[in-house]
Amino acid sequence: MTEKNWQPRIVAFFCNWCTYTAADLAGVSRLKYAANIRIIRLMCSGRVDPQFIVDAFARGADGVLIGGCHPGDCHYVEGNYKALRRFQMLKRMLDDMGIEEQRLQLEWISASEGDKVRTVVNDMVEKIKPLGPLGIPKKFEAWDKEMAELEEKITSSEPVAAPA
Amino acid sequence: MSNPSHNGTDEVRIGFYICHCGHNIGAVVDCPAVAEYTSKLPGVVVSRDYKYMCSDPGQELIQQDIHDHKLNRIVVASCSPLLHEHTFRTATERGGLNPFYFQMVNIREHDSWVHTDLIEATAKARALAHAAIRRVRFHKPLETTRVPIHPDVLVVGGGISGIHAALTLGNAGKKVFLVEREPSIGGHMAKFDKTFPTLDCAACILTPKMSAVRSHENVTLWTYSEVVKVEGYVGNYKVTVQRKPRYVIEDLCVGCQECIKSCVYKEPKFSDEFNVGLSKRKPIYIPFPQAVPQVVLIDPERCLQVKTGKCKKTCLEACADRQAIDFNQKEELIEVKVGTIIVATGFKLFDAKRIPQYGYGLYPNVVTSLELERLVTSSGPTAGDIILRDGSKPKTAGFILCVGSRDLKTNRWCSRTCCMHSMKLAQLFKEHTDADVTIFYMDIRAPGKGCEEFYDKSLREGIRFIRGRVAEVTDWALAPEEEGKLVIRVEDTLAGFVRRIPVDMIVLAVGMEPQVDAQEVRRLFNMSCGTEGWFLEKHPKLAPVSTFTDGVFIAGCCQGPKDIPDSIAQAGAAAAEAMALIDRGYIEQEPNTAYIVEEECSGCKSCVVLCPYTAISFDDAKQKAIINEALCKGCGTCVASCPSGSIKQHLFEDEQIFSEIEGVLAYD
Amino acid sequence: MRHLGIELTELDDWNCCGATAYMSVDEQEACILAARNLAIAEKTGPQDLLTPCSACYLVLNKTKHNVEDFPKIREGVQRALKAANLSYSGKTAVRHPLDVLFHDVGIEAIKRKVVRPLKGLKVAPYYGCQVVRPYATFDEAWNPTTMDGILAALGAEIVHYPLKTKCCGASLTGTVPEAGLRMSYILLKEAVRRGADVISTICPLCQFNLDAYHDQIMKRWEPARIATVYFTQLMGLAFGLEPKQLGLHRNFVPMKRLPELEKSEIRF
Repeated sequence: MTEKNWQPRIVAFFCNWCTYTAADLAGVSRLKYAANIRIIRLMCSGRVDPQFIVDAFARGADGVLIGGCHPGDCHYVEGNYKALRRFQMLKRMLDDMGIEEQRLQLEWISASEGDKVRTVVNDMVEKIKPLGPLGIPKKFEAWDKEMAELEEKITSSEPVAAPA
Repeated sequence: MSNPSHNGTDEVRIGFYICHCGHNIGAVVDCPAVAEYTSKLPGVVVSRDYKYMCSDPGQELIQQDIHDHKLNRIVVASCSPLLHEHTFRTATERGGLNPFYFQMVNIREHDSWVHTDLIEATAKARALAHAAIRRVRFHKPLETTRVPIHPDVLVVGGGISGIHAALTLGNAGKKVFLVEREPSIGGHMAKFDKTFPTLDCAACILTPKMSAVRSHENVTLWTYSEVVKVEGYVGNYKVTVQRKPRYVIEDLCVGCQECIKSCVYKEPKFSDEFNVGLSKRKPIYIPFPQAVPQVVLIDPERCLQVKTGKCKKTCLEACADRQAIDFNQKEELIEVKVGTIIVATGFKLFDAKRIPQYGYGLYPNVVTSLELERLVTSSGPTAGDIILRDGSKPKTAGFILCVGSRDLKTNRWCSRTCCMHSMKLAQLFKEHTDADVTIFYMDIRAPGKGCEEFYDKSLREGIRFIRGRVAEVTDWALAPEEEGKLVIRVEDTLAGFVRRIPVDMIVLAVGMEPQVDAQEVRRLFNMSCGTEGWFLEKHPKLAPVSTFTDGVFIAGCCQGPKDIPDSIAQAGAAAAEAMALIDRGYIEQEPNTAYIVEEECSGCKSCVVLCPYTAISFDDAKQKAIINEALCKGCGTCVASCPSGSIKQHLFEDEQIFSEIEGVLAYD
Repeated sequence: MRHLGIELTELDDWNCCGATAYMSVDEQEACILAARNLAIAEKTGPQDLLTPCSACYLVLNKTKHNVEDFPKIREGVQRALKAANLSYSGKTAVRHPLDVLFHDVGIEAIKRKVVRPLKGLKVAPYYGCQVVRPYATFDEAWNPTTMDGILAALGAEIVHYPLKTKCCGASLTGTVPEAGLRMSYILLKEAVRRGADVISTICPLCQFNLDAYHDQIMKRWEPARIATVYFTQLMGLAFGLEPKQLGLHRNFVPMKRLPELEKSEIRF
């Protein structure tokens, strides 16, 4: 994909009971929204392991969206609160890594809020577009190259005896 | 149990099928192109597109391919798994594979129905298919677990829906607990005089059912009671019911009402709830003559003895030896175990004061349809006389429809019953008073058996219909004939001009709304509400009385406005759904429970406190966490939190999800 | 206003808002005309723009909404303002005194200022058509009650007046007197019929129509003699201000004398 027609890729983790169902409802209601989102179904937003999010970014996602039931409405009592805590923690870490806060979003969307799926997805796409691609896989390549060069430099500059 | 090695090899052999769903998917997603793309992905042996995968030939295709191509993994890209996952798992099983070697891709609700660009939608379908193909490789054979269903049922709400559901179940030999918040069952229907479109007497058809449910050997009736706590899950609910004090012992009261006669309040003084404030009652009262149970109750806010402890207690004397009155009665909490629950908590009427221009509360002769209903009832406060507040008979009346319905400022929905209800009241109005009756409507909605004919009958009986949303009701007289009357100002949209019509009485056809505490009730039973606040059914067409919580069903107006026949039909359907579960005796549960790889558990205990179902305990001897899979509901919260990664979740294994992430991002 | 501790600044070099008439002739030009006032207000400071006239209130609010919602009008307005070295960002809020007195000052503060309660004075609260429609920003569109609250706080008796949001005829009284005056007549007659001593308005044009055309109306139809005042005049009376300060002597139809006010030897 060329830079010009770049489209953000958003990976979404939706809980089975509320947000995934809301996305189904958006479909049944034929609401139209941006096609940038790829939804992965989990039983509960509490299942969202921070590693999933980091992995998604590492594999080229420009944004990650987590969707769960509204506070107090979790099908599993309080999984969404756990998701919120992990989200807050991870957000700080991502910030330290230089990943903009707009790229990770947590939304409470109940089974009846098909329209919210639409607005949340569209808003998120609009927010991420100006940030441009996150491009971590490309950065990896650059880092790998850097490492390889460093390694070469070290091996070629031998023999330098380590200080005893 | 099947295993990939049964096909003679450990090699993963995937069959991929993409469904056109007629034009639903096929018109937006280039299905053959997706099938072409997936055919080149590692492990894919068969890749096909087909018109309707869920049809019999579609399912047979899968079974045939499993046989012919020795497939051991199946991926179907079609609609939402919430709709057809079960269908394709069964097809997979019939083909000789474990059903959990199947993975579904949602390219209808999440793709073709929400996107318009063919290229984008096809790219998305490719990505989602790619993810599933990567994921299915890591699927494992699993077995569903069976949870036994407790045979007793809880029915919440004693209106016509709840009564009918309880009777149906009771007649089938199921034990039912029927809980009603008010002191009597009967709900809104008990307040009606006659029912449309047959004009049969509401009491004549309802009261026999009320007493039948009360005396039914299989039904335990708790009125003046509320469900306050619900624990457990399908098949095994533990429900706590709060019984409010009536200050009268239900089993001892025979309903003779001597106590009411002898109350120190000689005259009824307090607003009567049943007659919507049109009459008065005493502090000790029976809600209405046909109340079930026929047991009096004391209003603690009004009774001198309960409130101040200072009363002659003449009621006690009247009750004499029966000793049914107990001023010290306290609320009581009862716990029951049930397997299924039917929620039939009904509706609330729109508060007409929210539309100030109609003058309800300001002009005394503006009444709601329910108030008029009480006035026309022979057992009502006026013994069936329709009278104005000054006691005179109205000569003219206007009915305003859609009050709090089909209105962007209040409620958007159509309350469905008000057109018919108003026409019924208009006919009765004419019958009782011979008045000129005009109905102001936007559209007359008379679907349903006999309803259009009833509309015809209204026209023939000389009821006038003026099409237009009423702008306002005022007592501002412009012409002599308007003096002392209520004037309806309306744009007659058929005649094309603004009219002023003076009448004596105005009836507001108030719409239906969700109950005030619908949100709390929803939380209590772990249900969802639509945006309007009605309880949400699992599927609007295919599962209209089921909810997203297994074993909890809905019936009647709590799901949305409907008339009596529809409410009863739903109540019957909900009862049948409950019975289907009970008679099978068990429910199959998704095998999505969490499990611990013991050697990897470090014994940190961080998972133990996270589980909302206390399914995780700690083995002190081994210093390892243990998961009781029978208690686990499969949320996966512990899995995400385990620092050593030793907790895993069936169906949602880490590597399955990682491969899905990888797959959705590998699409260009 | 000063009596209640509110400071007002007159807009420097303000212009006519164009009234509703210009809006119906050319919406774009009308918005430009009105936006000039908004732009000046924005330059003046961060305060709200207060307008005691319902028509100005409506036109300025409409301009604000048009500029916010319609890019074409926004561009036109900004271009014209630029030519006059002005700009408008949409920040300035347009407020009516009734809104400010009810919501910012509050009923309690008003009650505390009352030294001469208007006991026994029957007032017909007349809001007119423009202040609550279509922008019902501070009161109900169908049944506004904020002025009722203020008048009750002054000790007056509120008359049930179902015509409280009907049109007074506005400029039709001048252009098509037959129609315009009739509308004013209906308002006066109904207030008299309902036993009101005085009509309280929140719009100077309503006040003018009901007051100044009084004699003409009586000549055409029937006597319906009742005074019409701007609501703050009644507030001033209750606060103990001199009728002259309140300009009550400039009203064409004199207000009915109140026994209480008689005693204080106030003449108006």
